Amino acid sequence: MDKSILEEKLTLPISFPDQDLWSTIGNTPLIRLQRLTDGFAESVEIYGKAEWFNPGSSVKDRPAAAILSKALSNGLLKEDRVFLDSSSGNMGIAYATLGAPLGIRVHIAIPSNAGPERLTILRALGAELTLTDPLEGSEGARVVAAEMAAENPSLYYYANQYSNPANWQAHYTTTGPEILSQTNGRVTHFVAGLGTTGTLMGTGRYLREVLPDIRLVAVQPDGPIHGLEGLKHLPTSNVPEIYEPTLPDETIPVTTEQAYEMVRRLGKEEGLFVGISAAAAVVAALNLAKRIEEGVIVVILPDSGMKYLHQPIWDVK
Amino acid sequence: MSIIRIPSPLRPYTDNLKEVEVNASNVGEALVALTERYPRLKPHLYDENGSLRAYVNIFLQQEDVRNLRGQATPLTGDDRLMIIPSIAGGRS
Repeated sequence: MDKSILEEKLTLPISFPDQDLWSTIGNTPLIRLQRLTDGFAESVEIYGKAEWFNPGSSVKDRPAAAILSKALSNGLLKEDRVFLDSSSGNMGIAYATLGAPLGIRVHIAIPSNAGPERLTILRALGAELTLTDPLEGSEGARVVAAEMAAENPSLYYYANQYSNPANWQAHYTTTGPEILSQTNGRVTHFVAGLGTTGTLMGTGRYLREVLPDIRLVAVQPDGPIHGLEGLKHLPTSNVPEIYEPTLPDETIPVTTEQAYEMVRRLGKEEGLFVGISAAAAVVAALNLAKRIEEGVIVVILPDSGMKYLHQPIWDVK
Repeated sequence: MSIIRIPSPLRPYTDNLKEVEVNASNVGEALVALTERYPRLKPHLYDENGSLRAYVNIFLQQEDVRNLRGQATPLTGDDRLMIIPSIAGGRS
């Protein structure tokens, strides 16, 4: 490029405020489903909130940022203290992503049967891992993290995402207002899967306050053993402390087989290469859409399909 | 006797036992013996066509039996089988 042109370009009054990684969390796109809704009433619109646009590639960046911020502002991460929590994947990746640029040591207790993609990503981000018994699931990992923290309280700050109110508060302050703004207040139904339950609790509380008639719809696996990564079957689980059972108007059970089918359709018919819990939430949203005559449904799509590539669900040769 | 280790979400169906002993010569027979003793387990492990569900993995020692001889994988007297969900979620 001609030097004078370059100098002219460089003097243009462009500014990039807040360019750090954390500033890219949130404000994720709302994408309207086009072909999966063929045959539905014109007056029923379904939008997916594409949470893989977050820097750590999932919805978990929101609660992770809130939990880390709270720990930092309370002075709980001083003097090389290690940030510790349990996770089955995305939350750990979010902590590691956001902790790295701040020089925070992140230690994750994670079941050893977590997918190979997520273990590799966690290690690539510098997280320290304790692999826990696969037969004990995420509750086993939570118990191990709690024991590590109790044995060495001066070394570890234990975040405990299942009972940390910053988890749902992150959605109250970001996800909820974004959905209200992106739909110009037209949202009538909000659909989200239940894991820690933070997304539904925080977003749901915010939307219920500003739109009292909104319907809040929870999604959960149809049974205790399932393939819906990140979701919990609450009737047979230890219910997270942050869960308020009276908040959802309805809970829709989804089978793993339905979600596997939907994950393939979302890729081929909508160009949305999403994760399994996102597909489960869309199954529930379509179930809901068939029952209403008009409405604006917003469904959370927690992550993309990249972390599920090893699973035999994609039907590709 | 072989031992089958049960993952936490399925223990409500095995009287909360973490391990169940079965007498079987291969993996398929072991699972049949298990589900005959605890019939409420069956729909969680098998689909309506009788196939093991895609997200249920059976490990013999440290190896997924799909990489061995599947349900025909032979068992010796003191083998330990594990039923491991393909995801890390579960009872929490």
